[in-house]
Amino acid sequence: MEKVTALNVNGVNQVVDVEGDTSLLTVLRDHLDLTGSKYGCGEGQCGACTVLINGFPRRSCITHVAATRGKQITTIEGLAKNGKLHPVQQAFLDAGSFQCGYCTSGMMMTAVSLLKTNPNPTASEIAHFMQGNICRCGTYQRIIAAIQQAAKSMKEARP
Amino acid sequence: MKSGEMEPVVIEPERYEFDAPPAYHFEVDRRDFFRVLGGGLLMVCVLRDAKAFQESGGRRMPWRGPDEPENISAWLHIGESGKVTVFTGKVEVGQNIRTSLIQAVAEELKVAPANVQMVMGDTSRTPFDMGTFGSRTTPTMNPQLRRAASAASDVLIALAAKRFSVDRAQLLAADGKITDPATHQSIGYGELLHGKQLAEAIPAVDPLEPATQWKVMGTSLPKVDGVEFVTGKHRYPSDHRLPGMWFGKVLRPASYGASLTSLDTKAAELLGNVKIVHDGNFVGVAAPTPELAVKALAAIRAEWKPSSEAQNKISNKELFGFLKQTASNNGAHEDRMRHAAGSIDEGLAKADHHLRRTYTVAYIQHVPLEPRAALAEWKDGKLTVWTGTQRPFAVQNDLAEAFRISKHQVRVEMPDMGSGYGGKHTGEAALEAARLANAAGHPVKVVWTREEEFTWAYFRPAGLIKINSGVGHDGRITAWEYHNYNSGGAGIGTPYDVPNQLVQFHPTQYPLRQGSYRALAATANHFARESHMDDLARLAQMDPLQFRLVNLKNDRLKAVFEAAAGKFGWGREKPSRQRGFGMGGGVEKGGYVATCAEVAIDGSTGNVKVVRVVTAFDCGAVVNPDGLRNQIEGANVMGLGGALFEAIEFSDGRILNPRFSAYRVPRFSDLPKNEVVLVDHKDQPSAGAGETPLMALAPAIGNAIFSATGIRLTSLPMVPNGLKT
Ligand code: FES
Ligand code: FES
Repeated sequence: MEKVTALNVNGVNQVVDVEGDTSLLTVLRDHLDLTGSKYGCGEGQCGACTVLINGFPRRSCITHVAATRGKQITTIEGLAKNGKLHPVQQAFLDAGSFQCGYCTSGMMMTAVSLLKTNPNPTASEIAHFMQGNICRCGTYQRIIAAIQQAAKSMKEARP
Repeated sequence: MKSGEMEPVVIEPERYEFDAPPAYHFEVDRRDFFRVLGGGLLMVCVLRDAKAFQESGGRRMPWRGPDEPENISAWLHIGESGKVTVFTGKVEVGQNIRTSLIQAVAEELKVAPANVQMVMGDTSRTPFDMGTFGSRTTPTMNPQLRRAASAASDVLIALAAKRFSVDRAQLLAADGKITDPATHQSIGYGELLHGKQLAEAIPAVDPLEPATQWKVMGTSLPKVDGVEFVTGKHRYPSDHRLPGMWFGKVLRPASYGASLTSLDTKAAELLGNVKIVHDGNFVGVAAPTPELAVKALAAIRAEWKPSSEAQNKISNKELFGFLKQTASNNGAHEDRMRHAAGSIDEGLAKADHHLRRTYTVAYIQHVPLEPRAALAEWKDGKLTVWTGTQRPFAVQNDLAEAFRISKHQVRVEMPDMGSGYGGKHTGEAALEAARLANAAGHPVKVVWTREEEFTWAYFRPAGLIKINSGVGHDGRITAWEYHNYNSGGAGIGTPYDVPNQLVQFHPTQYPLRQGSYRALAATANHFARESHMDDLARLAQMDPLQFRLVNLKNDRLKAVFEAAAGKFGWGREKPSRQRGFGMGGGVEKGGYVATCAEVAIDGSTGNVKVVRVVTAFDCGAVVNPDGLRNQIEGANVMGLGGALFEAIEFSDGRILNPRFSAYRVPRFSDLPKNEVVLVDHKDQPSAGAGETPLMALAPAIGNAIFSATGIRLTSLPMVPNGLKT
């Protein structure tokens, strides 16, 4: 597969030099030192590595970097804007929706994309959408609460 | 133990959790401290030395160090800027002790939590600690730090009294200052300590004031560095990186106990910039990129001869027979693991109903979401390793031994990790990274794959439990004979009041590498005992709650049963035939727990859904209510997996389901409504809470399934493939 030499991550054009079939997660973590996206399984089953590609949630561990050519990648490092936390981050913080926090960035990236398509999700819609994200510490209930809180504050922030 | 005493039987220390501490070494002396930290006040917490303090006539004495290092458990430093730094060998794995220990210090020292910083689990900077397990931090480290902080506050008050030339009794410590309310003059801790280098030791066993006056403890202080976590900035062990770092991979045997018969690394060497290491049983590669390391590993050709040991051949299907057959009959050793009172035969003769049942629990995995990881660097003959472990000092010891160097040359640092649940007491990745780094001449990072973590870490022991019991018409249990094969001694003794008992733990041979686990054997023992209790209640024609209360003398346990039942609405009609209610409870590690569960059975698919759980928990005075709720909720979610569907499958020395697509862990759809009742006992010392809440869930669910269907499930997991009716 052809090499990939450029990547747009969090609005920044990054120079890399990797084989196209390298996983996006490896490129982010090990080549660009963006370690907020986590490895949990490498088979698309846990969601710890979730990033947004053109706004859609994708498992970066099973995404070839070649598939992201010309696309916008957003990682957890790009979620806060100008030092202000994204409402989803703020809500996770306020609701204490984590213990070890290892699943948290993947959870939040998935939640951000959910709220884009469904700004006011019910608990069961959240559970359904988030089914592919594992929290081994078992904070699911708090994650649902945080996402609902984020939905609320995003609604209030809209003009 | 006499029957009727409140403490549960402890037959032996939890054999999967204890390990001797390595011979201590102490690296930092008094001068080093002040050189590194600057001047100020250093308070050193000394264990087992109360006598020396008494002889010196007080609660404190000057500390010159490093003369009594083996007794030191923690130290606390207040700098000339007023900043407080606490050093403990304990580690943060998601159980939130970084926050709760800060609360302890802030409480006693009267400073804002934001002014306190914790240095944890770093063998060069923190005192020796055996490890973070067994729910020991809250009952031991927390009071020790409180004592150190309160003694420091005494020192500061004395300094201020001298400075103001007033009696110390009229001074108050608050907000990082000492104030004289009479004159309104006040002075900050930093200013008081300016230009000073004071070091004092305090006894770790000094008595503490009760919890009723707490202002910072007892509140839900949010996770102190939460922002680091929600922004992805926190660096877990697997996120660490050094300039010039390489990536390592390790060749795994084809099966447990297999020996390497041939190795061909030529193709791998041809890949260029790779280092291949073959050293005894160890074969690994390191390369400048992870892609190249993976490629090189794949290019290695190896042949393995399977082990001929019986325990390496059996499968999960033959497991329980194997455990029973290989149980040890070593008399003297057995005695230490037996508790007997009265006579089983007499107890059975008195009973109106008899019940004999066998229960089993499968091997399960911890599945910490962050797998094992380590970064190792050799520099000037010294080794530094950043790794995820619950026992950094044990890993330091292992590294020193493996490389035949002194422990002074090894530093292990443990960044807050992606959890462990008792599964990271070891340091495999640290050894691997260090060996590869040594050969490659670069720092090397090794991060295990999920499959490696599932296969080469260790497991919660599987077990077989046999109970033979008798109960009278009046609902009193008359006989209780209990045998546990391999799953362990934690929670093995019954908290119920039974005059005739025989409780025995039987070590056996076992096929998989097994070790500690969150709540460990307490889960197995409570599943067996509390399932059995429900059946006995039915034989005695009593309500399960009533039956437990009749047989209990332990007030705190009674109280949590009643609290859980009250919140749950125990005794109300079931909403439909497919629903069932059940309960379970017990005492372990100073915590009292009861859980009620409601299940819904889908008759057509056999699907069992846990709809609601209510857990009441009493761990003494609550240090951080929201943190505690989070732990209890999480324990119920994690416990759900082992109760319903988690099981390791294996045969011929291989794990057959080493991935999430084949090993099911609880997900969002499994989540019940998860309610917590905190029984806050301000008059009781705080116990740990990371483990005990988990153990009542499985029997509560099993008893609920029985109440819905009349089917008694006696194996964990209970419904890996749905309920067969
Ligand atoms: S690491 Fe990508 S889904 Fe698990
Ligand atoms: S908080 Fe630990 S895995 Fe979710």
